[in-house]
Amino acid sequence: MRAFWKRHQQRLAPWLFLAPGLFMFLVYVIFPIFQSISISFYDWDGLGEKKYIGVDNYIELAGDEAFYTSLKNNVLWLVLYMLAIPAGLFVALFLNQTVRGIRIVKSLFFFPFVISQVVVGLVFSWFYDPSYGLLNVGLMSVGLEPIPVLADEKWVTYGIIAAGLWPQTAYCMILYLTGLNAVDPEQIEAARLDNAKGLKMLWYVILPQLKPATFIAIVVTVIGALRSFDLISIMTDGGPWGSSRVLAFYMYEQAFSEYGFRMGYGAAIAVVLFAIMMIYISGFLWKMYRDERTR
Amino acid sequence: MFPTPIAKTRTVTRLAYRAALPVALVFWLLPLIAVALTSVRSMADITSGNYWGVPTSINFVENYTAIFESTPIGRYIFNSFRVTIPTVIGAVSLSCMAGFAFAVYRFRLNLLLFFMFIAGNFVPFQILMVPVRDLTLSLGAYNTVTGLALFHIAFQTGFCTLFMRNFIKALPFELIEAARSEGVSEFRIFWFIVLPLMKPAIAALSVLVFTFIWNDYFWALVLTQGAESQPITAGLYSLNGQWLAAWHLVSAGSIVAALPPVLMFFLMQRHFIAGLTLGAVK
Repeated sequence: MRAFWKRHQQRLAPWLFLAPGLFMFLVYVIFPIFQSISISFYDWDGLGEKKYIGVDNYIELAGDEAFYTSLKNNVLWLVLYMLAIPAGLFVALFLNQTVRGIRIVKSLFFFPFVISQVVVGLVFSWFYDPSYGLLNVGLMSVGLEPIPVLADEKWVTYGIIAAGLWPQTAYCMILYLTGLNAVDPEQIEAARLDNAKGLKMLWYVILPQLKPATFIAIVVTVIGALRSFDLISIMTDGGPWGSSRVLAFYMYEQAFSEYGFRMGYGAAIAVVLFAIMMIYISGFLWKMYRDERTR
Repeated sequence: MFPTPIAKTRTVTRLAYRAALPVALVFWLLPLIAVALTSVRSMADITSGNYWGVPTSINFVENYTAIFESTPIGRYIFNSFRVTIPTVIGAVSLSCMAGFAFAVYRFRLNLLLFFMFIAGNFVPFQILMVPVRDLTLSLGAYNTVTGLALFHIAFQTGFCTLFMRNFIKALPFELIEAARSEGVSEFRIFWFIVLPLMKPAIAALSVLVFTFIWNDYFWALVLTQGAESQPITAGLYSLNGQWLAAWHLVSAGSIVAALPPVLMFFLMQRHFIAGLTLGAVK
């Protein structure tokens, strides 16, 4: 036994180290993905018999107006959430100084990211409150009509996205601050001698060096946008009349809530969301793969 | 340094920057400042609509005692700790080992399995929801902190493994080779050589995972119900329904809920940012 171990330990050790993590990850993450795909072909209330119905869930989905509303909102989230990246860069440039107290200022700017989205959601629903929320107090003080942001189908999704942008901008800011720290000072000096400054300098000298930070910022922002659930659940519960739903929220609503337990239909929605996410995941893995090979 | 250091600019710019900094900060944190102020207002202020003026009285003690006495918020906080701490320990230990395996050994499937960990980390929660809920039910762990923590450990292991693997990969491999040629066993190499060098990574991941799990809302909703097992995020949501327009209590509750991760962040700031900005510089 001992001799066997001695001889093969190089080959066996990695599997022993890997086993617990791999087991948990397979059971809780990898297998469920396939189970969900399979459940999406069934009609199931979560308790009784599963009934195989082929692609009926997907056919129903194709004619479901609420599904398209959610999909449209997902696209809105994806597009508008991207604003966090330039906004984060802007804040980072503003804060990338060495005056006294700047460290504490930077951490305070990062604050919104540390607190829970539940708290962010509560804070913003209150900020939007039609009668005494700060937004409407402000609008009324300049003589405008108050906007009940969260009760208005036109505004509700934008209102929630704005709330989401607050912590997301903080996240992108911290990525860029770290990136700016690592920018090569010699290149900046050289560019200064060539009379590059301001926007030109930013565009041609700084941004190319910030590429890794930008890449991570895009990855986390896309994922954040597609994961948007907390804020919607807290601020509007999908309303008014389902107009602020996104796929993640609609799936939850269909699978279990007062609308009844429709696990199969919910799973079908989740599969669509997963397919969208998969595009990004493959892109990310492809980049990782290239980096690994050049190393 | 870019932009130009403010010390090298004209006095006007310097003064302007000095003035702009606190203004920007107050503006940025306005929602939070408002919450903090509201949490010490009296009920009379709330009903009369005095949200933005000077509070008529400072009800700090009253409001914060009220939320702890009249609601299970203390219980929710306790539950959050009971989920968060085991998750941190579990996910960090599993990923130390998995990361070590991926970083140090060459074996077939290495890159494939590693990519599986990364990819799994990005999937939308909803695709896991129904099966994970079923699994938790069949383990008899539905509506317990154990069920919630088990899932979190598994899911966080993905991200943590990515982090650990890259961290160990950057350590000098000669150390391990030297030990091997001395005949040190693989486990001793892990325990006595690599693990001590991983302290910064372990610190960074611990604070990060703590914050992520503390702030988790979706899985708390899916896997728990009721005050015996619900963590503070889900608890705050149900309390919000109870309190209706008692905004001073909602605010106080929000502050209490936000406090532990905020403290964690301030105490361990350097580690936190190191963890979060992994990969942001080459």
